[in-house]
Amino acid sequence: MRYAETGYNLEIDLTRKNIEKVATDPRDTELYLGGLGTSAKVLWDRVTPEIKPFSEENLLIFSAGLLCGTPAVGCNRTIVSTISPQTELMAYSMMGGFFAPELKYAGYDKVIIRGKSKKLVYLWIHNDKVEIRDASHLKGKGTVETAELIKKEINDPKAHVAAIGLAGENKVYYASVEQGRSSASRGGIGAVMGDKGLKAIVVRGKKDINIARPGEYIELCDEVLNYIKFREENPIQGVPPILAGLGSPQEMKIHDEKWHTENFTWGNARERRKDFWTEEVAAKWSESMDKVQTRLLSCYNCPMQCGASINVPGISTYMMKCYSKLTYTMAAFSDLDFGFKIVQRATEYGVDGFTTPQVMAFALELYEAGILTDKDMPGMPSDSEGRFYWLLDKIVNREGIGDILANGTYWAAKKIGNGAQAYAHNNIKKHEQLPLKLGMLHPLYFVMYCTGEKMNITQIEGNFPQSPFATQEDKEAFVKDWFQVPDDKFKQYLLDWEMRGEKSIPNYPTPQMTSEIVDWQERMHYIDDSLGMCAGLSSFPLKPPYHMHNYPKFISAATGMDMDEDKLTQAARRNRTLIRAFNIRRGMSRKDEKPPEDHWRKRFPELEKELLDTYYAFRGWNEDGVPTKEYLHELDMDYVSQDLEQRGLLK
Amino acid sequence: MVEDVIEKKTVKVIKVDVDKCIGCRACELVCSAFHAEPKYSSTNPAKARIRLIMDEFNDIYIPLYAGEYTDAECNGRNVYTIDGKTYDECTFCRASCPSRDFFKDPDSGLPLKCDMCLDDPPLEEPLCVQACRCDALTYEEVEQEEEKEESPDEMETGLQSLVKKHGTKKVMESLARISKEAD
Repeated sequence: MRYAETGYNLEIDLTRKNIEKVATDPRDTELYLGGLGTSAKVLWDRVTPEIKPFSEENLLIFSAGLLCGTPAVGCNRTIVSTISPQTELMAYSMMGGFFAPELKYAGYDKVIIRGKSKKLVYLWIHNDKVEIRDASHLKGKGTVETAELIKKEINDPKAHVAAIGLAGENKVYYASVEQGRSSASRGGIGAVMGDKGLKAIVVRGKKDINIARPGEYIELCDEVLNYIKFREENPIQGVPPILAGLGSPQEMKIHDEKWHTENFTWGNARERRKDFWTEEVAAKWSESMDKVQTRLLSCYNCPMQCGASINVPGISTYMMKCYSKLTYTMAAFSDLDFGFKIVQRATEYGVDGFTTPQVMAFALELYEAGILTDKDMPGMPSDSEGRFYWLLDKIVNREGIGDILANGTYWAAKKIGNGAQAYAHNNIKKHEQLPLKLGMLHPLYFVMYCTGEKMNITQIEGNFPQSPFATQEDKEAFVKDWFQVPDDKFKQYLLDWEMRGEKSIPNYPTPQMTSEIVDWQERMHYIDDSLGMCAGLSSFPLKPPYHMHNYPKFISAATGMDMDEDKLTQAARRNRTLIRAFNIRRGMSRKDEKPPEDHWRKRFPELEKELLDTYYAFRGWNEDGVPTKEYLHELDMDYVSQDLEQRGLLK
Repeated sequence: MVEDVIEKKTVKVIKVDVDKCIGCRACELVCSAFHAEPKYSSTNPAKARIRLIMDEFNDIYIPLYAGEYTDAECNGRNVYTIDGKTYDECTFCRASCPSRDFFKDPDSGLPLKCDMCLDDPPLEEPLCVQACRCDALTYEEVEQEEEKEESPDEMETGLQSLVKKHGTKKVMESLARISKEAD
């Protein structure tokens, strides 16, 4: 018997309409854990660099994490991976909600989709019964609308639906997959799903997930719940409210947006409004929140309530989570009333809440600069909000200028030319970033931005504070019960870190310390993404309930595998390295590893080189950022070095 | 089999506040884990004795406990409108019944019923209440005198439904064969 996992994947060939249930190799679980790790292995084995995002051979993998469906609190994430149409590198995006546990209860760890259907179809997985069904009547329907229609059609209100909207059908490069109160948004996986002619995956399961050592496991789960309660009662002092608690983060609960609205930039990642958050704004925005929120919501088996049911009078209900509350508002220089309204349409269309508003703000800047003209924007309204709606419709329908903008700022700027490229200023590896523009180079963030395979800072940063505490007392108070650190040296790094002077950014933490801190943070993310744990209870917030010390116990008790901190560290590094090697094989190299040029005003080329060199060496990579043969051998991945050698990427 | 007794006893009450529910279904998950054999050895919400009726677009979140098994469907169904939301009568029904597949073990088809997490030593609160961190489910013990119909235990309920479905003779034959094989 397999524990925690089901031991089976579903293989769907949409070209041949073939469905197979395939047993997986338990040795892969020991090496790569599950979720993102085992998906990366499948992609490495089967998606060679010649395969393009919209090739029939490209795979689209929906994977549950290793511990999804077990009683582990907050472990509900579906990891969706494929080749991104935008970056042409691996895209992996996670969603919470209910899909992954339901998939496990249906008896599968992953759904691996290949080929393309000529007609629009949806996949209905109901335990051992799996059907490819006609979806032509759902063409053009919104994601939320589609989910409701399908649940009625199959007459099962407990089924869970992951669907694309019009954006996915039209292969918008930043189309998302939406699933009730969550979505897998980054990297354009919705476009790949649309290209495959797959409107939705619907799942319902009634089978058992087994736990190897039940008594031990349930005790660990109780400890986590109790610690969540402790953290609720003891928020972290000396940080903005959004960073003080747990969650992914709790944008629906928290009304105080001083930090986001004043630190992050407005428009096309341009303007910082340092005195924006007045009492008047605070009162108005609180009222906007309270007016439309009917209920706070959680994902499967989680008490955090990061989502909410949103009811704006006159438009249909949808569920919101996280930062999309602010991205449209800030890109359009508008207010929350507008934000709550436009996100409803964006959710039905199925588009990424980070990239989409930025693309629209980019288009409006080009228009103001005269690079795009009235000829390109026929019939565009004159007000900012009206323009955002107009652009959104054009983009998801790929109409006129929308067809160009639908490929994101990098590709659109290239196509538009005439100086447009300078306006696509907030990308890393062709992918739009958080709208942040800051002063002094930050060594931790420099390394994370440059080297993170996810290309999305919220999925790389986390457990180490973003900036030093103001006073020695604050620092000491913070480290006092900081048991999550993998090693006590991290406490000292924080104690010594100053706001100003010798031990402040950019020179402190030193390149070596930076490498160690980044390694800890990304290690946590790679473990979460393999187990299916929500980052909001683990890798993302300060002092989380899951950490390097209790994770090995969770994995051992759930699976029966013999796991310890060293082995888990090794598995996380293996997964991190495999995705790096996959991207290297697709042409990524050191020259791509840089932050947006204007991310920091004060830059230090020599220090930056040293930071990258030190991190690469620490990671076991050569100076080109390619994993070395020795390091790959240490990770039991000789098959990777052989492949890289054959392709001349490793000498 | 069923006899009436009058006794002073502690009544266990789970209070449900649907306005507080956050729709996480932790109650379903822990219920299925608690009733697994051995305890906590597996999870499967389809086997839970609590079921969250969730209709996100009408803002309906109703945790419902499995009640008695009934071998016949109701004649006719009523429809209720509360606060502009429409519910059919079955929405609130706790019975395991032939007209729907709720509260039946998906493997055996046998009816499931909430037992308030009967355990030795007894739990402080049923597990669903412990797992509900938003206080949609709370637990109270009320002392009261009552005339009580002693209900058959779980195995008997199961056997009764098997007898209803297959007839006494077939069940007896199967039992005899199984016990022989077990010997």
